[in-house]
Amino acid sequence: MRTIYPDRLSPDQDAFYNALMDAHHGLDDAESQALNARLVLLMANRIADLAVLRDLLDTARSYRDE
Amino acid sequence: MPYDYKPFPFVAPPGLTAPEPRHKVAIVGAGPIGLAMAIDLALHGVASVVLDDNDVVSVGSRAICWSKRTLEILDRLGVGERMLEKGVTWKVGRNFHGAEEVYSFDLLPEEGHKYPAFINLQQYYVEEYLIERARDFPDLIDLRFRNEVTGHEDRGDHVALTVATPEGDYALEAEYLIACDGAGSPTRERMGLAFTGQTFEEQFLIADIEMADSPFGDADLSERWFWFDPPFHPGKSALLHMQPDHVYRIDLQLDLGADAKAEATEAKVIPRIKAIVGDKPFRLDWMSVYKFRCMKLDRFVHGRVIFAGDSAHVVSPFGARGGNGGIQDVDNLGWKLAAVLAGTSDPALIETYQEERSHGAAENILNSSRSTNFMTPKTPLEALFRAETLRLAHDQPFAQKLVNSGRLSLPCSLEGMALQTPGYAQVPPGSALVDAPLSGDDGDSWLLEEVQGDFTLVGFGDLLLPEVEGVRRIGVNQRADYPCFVATNNHAVRRYGTGKAYLFRPDGHVCAVFDRPDASAVAAARDRAACTMQEDDA
Ligand SMILES: Cc1cc2nc3c(=O)[nH]c(=O)nc-3n(C[C@H](O)[C@H](O)[C@H](O)COP(=O)(O)OP(=O)(O)OC[C@H]3O[C@@H](n4cnc5c(N)ncnc54)[C@H](O)[C@@H]3O)c2cc1C
Repeated sequence: MRTIYPDRLSPDQDAFYNALMDAHHGLDDAESQALNARLVLLMANRIADLAVLRDLLDTARSYRDE
Repeated sequence: MPYDYKPFPFVAPPGLTAPEPRHKVAIVGAGPIGLAMAIDLALHGVASVVLDDNDVVSVGSRAICWSKRTLEILDRLGVGERMLEKGVTWKVGRNFHGAEEVYSFDLLPEEGHKYPAFINLQQYYVEEYLIERARDFPDLIDLRFRNEVTGHEDRGDHVALTVATPEGDYALEAEYLIACDGAGSPTRERMGLAFTGQTFEEQFLIADIEMADSPFGDADLSERWFWFDPPFHPGKSALLHMQPDHVYRIDLQLDLGADAKAEATEAKVIPRIKAIVGDKPFRLDWMSVYKFRCMKLDRFVHGRVIFAGDSAHVVSPFGARGGNGGIQDVDNLGWKLAAVLAGTSDPALIETYQEERSHGAAENILNSSRSTNFMTPKTPLEALFRAETLRLAHDQPFAQKLVNSGRLSLPCSLEGMALQTPGYAQVPPGSALVDAPLSGDDGDSWLLEEVQGDFTLVGFGDLLLPEVEGVRRIGVNQRADYPCFVATNNHAVRRYGTGKAYLFRPDGHVCAVFDRPDASAVAAARDRAACTMQEDDA
């Protein structure tokens, strides 16, 4: 199951991407993985809607090995 | 056919035999920025002497992509149409990931503009056209080749220069010196000014090839193709662009730590190009290996010495913001310096060049750095995020927007800065003009041709424009005793609205908007934008 989402990030997409890379700056692999995990949990709390979250999980997984 | 580099003759300058009268402006460097600067000043009636250490136009193409705003500015300077005619117009960019197309963009699908979003034209043609145009002003532009500036000193009310020529050295004085001496600016070095920012470790091979068949395949497309991790150059990025005369530009990211000297040899380069174009015959026209920097001066104005172009700021070429940014410097500085030299504006006007163009350069650096960072992931984590962005970009629109192969140069907005009178309109104060077709009693025209060069008040629809000294007036979709036009296909009205008046600066930026323009409000906005000398300071 995959949903195609409308773009809601532009026009700030480059600023976001840059901030995300900056957040990882100076971290080793394990620390980066941990940061990503925390980030997913924080974003989930921010989204809060279980149906939306399930849909995001399915969509992210649908790209596996494509 | 390779470009024919005709050396410009050295003519012994008068300063070799007798002291020269003090010049208004000395421009160091006859690259695109120095040349455009001299022409802009000449159009405002200001004489300059242009000193260049070399005697040919840009060796190798270097800049190829010229933006819509640059073409509009160069239209005012008199070479825009020639560039458009010779250049390759393109508007579609395609991004590939591996062999597969991820997404494409169309730059300017809108009708009713004199100039397209971009053209590609070799830098040597641009310089050739600018030099020919400069020759139209024999009394105002004194172009001196093989005149190397070796020293300068700011003496408060003028700058003293020393110049070396094949026939000896001489001295020269000018009220202002404009340093357009490029990325390695000797003027900047001599002043010991810090040039700060980011240097990227990755190296790029830039090559121009001439070939009869198109590397774009059967359809000879004028497009921009960018690959992340192409099959012919695994793990790196590549860019392909079309130029006039069957010349194509190829950019290839090299391995970190690659040996630049070894890479820039035919033995290394020919197989790399063959991997892209296949067995079609080609001729290698020019190549170079670059490490890119994104850097700027903190201040562009130092007393009587003013920096413009690469001497003031450099960017990586992804986004084509180098030369295009420099042309906007020229556009911003020309009318200001002319007004200060004429004594009608306070010298504080030159300080606003610093405010406005330092902001423009910072914006260009921000965009170019982000693009270069996206193209050259520095850690496994950065590579991972990029790979997943590209994977999502196959069908997720937001991820397509995240793919960054260069954010192409757009006109810089000067909204909220000192010269602009705050106000609300479809094209808000600070924006560069938005072009539109017009038709008048003398035939068809374009908004950009009517407004640039002087302060111009344009009234759209049913409102009468007052007469204000030093302000040209133009009506659109109205009748009055000043020149009036009809908005062809209503484009101008759609873009600017109706029942509004816009005051444009000589560089075509909106500096004030009015619902009911009365003479005193328009005069106040003009005085604010021009830092007009008040009677009592004269
Ligand atoms: C590979 C590459 C691709 C690029 N692509 C693009 C692009 O697509 N679009 C874009 O807009 N820009 C692009 N650029 C950037 C563009 O080439 C520069 O921004 C532009 O050349 C700057 O012009 P300039 O006049 O400031 O400096 P320059 O072109 O460097 O000219 C400086 C001049 O000053 C002279 N000079 C230096 N020292 C002295 C001295 N002491 N006395 C007298 N004269 C002196 C030099 O001989 C030279 O003629 C690219 C650059 C590179 C390298």
